[in-house]
Amino acid sequence: MSHPGNSEAYKTVDHLFRHEAGKMVSALTHLFGFPNIEQAEDIVQDTILKALEIWKWGKIPENPQAWLYKTAKNKAIDIIRREKLKYKIESEIAILLKSEYSLAPKINEMFTEGEIKDSQLRMMFACCHPSISSEAQITLMLKTLCGLSVHEIANAFLTNEETITKRLYRTKEKIREEKISLDYPGADVMPARLDAVLKTLYLLFNEGYSSSHPEKLIREDLCEEAIRLAILLSENVKTNQSHVNALLALMCYHASRFDTRLDDSGLIILLKDQDRMQWNKFLIQKGNEYMTRAAEGEMVHEFHIEAAISSLHANAASFEETDWKLILTLYDSLLNRTNNPVVALNRCLVLGELEGSEKAIEELRKMKELSENCHYNTSLGEMYLKAGNQTEAKKYFGKALTLTTSNAETELITRKMSMCE
Amino acid sequence: MEKFMYLFRGGDNHAYNANDSEVAAQNMQRWVKWMESLGQKGILVDGEPLQPTGKQVNGSKKTIIDGPFVEAKELVGGYLIVNAKDINDAVEISKGCPIFDENGKVEVRPIQKMEM
Repeated sequence: MSHPGNSEAYKTVDHLFRHEAGKMVSALTHLFGFPNIEQAEDIVQDTILKALEIWKWGKIPENPQAWLYKTAKNKAIDIIRREKLKYKIESEIAILLKSEYSLAPKINEMFTEGEIKDSQLRMMFACCHPSISSEAQITLMLKTLCGLSVHEIANAFLTNEETITKRLYRTKEKIREEKISLDYPGADVMPARLDAVLKTLYLLFNEGYSSSHPEKLIREDLCEEAIRLAILLSENVKTNQSHVNALLALMCYHASRFDTRLDDSGLIILLKDQDRMQWNKFLIQKGNEYMTRAAEGEMVHEFHIEAAISSLHANAASFEETDWKLILTLYDSLLNRTNNPVVALNRCLVLGELEGSEKAIEELRKMKELSENCHYNTSLGEMYLKAGNQTEAKKYFGKALTLTTSNAETELITRKMSMCE
Repeated sequence: MEKFMYLFRGGDNHAYNANDSEVAAQNMQRWVKWMESLGQKGILVDGEPLQPTGKQVNGSKKTIIDGPFVEAKELVGGYLIVNAKDINDAVEISKGCPIFDENGKVEVRPIQKMEM
């Protein structure tokens, strides 16, 4: 495919396509009903191909979004008029699409900004339905809501395109079989369903934030998408709960460090060595704003505690001036609630800062369930190195090296090992 | 439940003028809202707007003449078919129609059931 203009212009168009694709698929799926999602995706695909065909001659319209929407709407009207939908529309708008009085006006309405946001939220709830595995949930969200291609998703999950295609196929079949609709969950199940959506967004963010992927760019995209979708939840009265804001705060604080976690040659820089001046002030500020909003109401969710920990890191003037004592208290209460070994691991590292590396080693060695976890082994290696036991340190770094898939992590661990000589 | 047909006559901004002005577009939005409310109550069965042109086929010789057939305020601009309890109910429901704000009228006609 030939790209219009220079690569910068292409990147802009590519970004536009990705975001608009997600919006258009949501709006059209809301219109057609979930069983017809493939036809919604086909329309969007055709629309973008048509745009590429016309725009490559340099004639990018003044309002490319409006151009895309108009083209997609016309294709949708055409399909409805010719009764080419594979599955009957079951929602209450079906009757409005039957009459020429309301067909075009209704489709126009579905493509207004507010309605598109509404469709995206409905889509989010459908994708994160409890009867779908979390891996499939994330995959479907990336495809339908974030506009990522199968190739990009396969890349993000370090797998091949065939696996992703199959997973998407099975997930859509499941949604059809279970008759999962794009209706909002009822008030009785809303809290549980919202929790499920937040959990999936959290996983999506972590997928991007963790260093398991050799490439940096795709990871930032995943984090950006998780934040974008969480913002949609916070903008809607139905879903703007205090833990949504807590999750947003948490993600903003983490994202504020994105640019300082790797040096120019792609090596990982640890928290204590990061240049705090380079942390993204705007995102920290945003994190603080969401944190204030998260404090409204009675609810204390795990995200509140995690966000509070991140807040103490993000707002500390230096590594040494971090309020480790309060962070340890927060980890204790988090551990009380979740019993998550990764939380326990992080708690040990805080203990190391407060009471010395020997204490951390003692606690870490009690944890058996993470012995095959890369982060666990680097942490132990680090603590032994601090304690001056280079033989043990080398042993754990060596183990960690066999457990990572990331180039940056491999480099970091190799560098650490060389310090054990 | 019985079926009734609403025949819409006149109306300054009826559907075939819908693209002409902002006023007409807003008018269409009111139509959609009205139809939406009928749809939600399960009242709406069917309906289409009609173009103001057409042809008339007449008599045993099937003579064809061009429209329009009557003056504008008597021209049928469209129809809806609705479910209602009886003619009074159908008339009540028709009062929500936006056509009354634009110089139009609604003719409410019961659907004739054919006996065996």
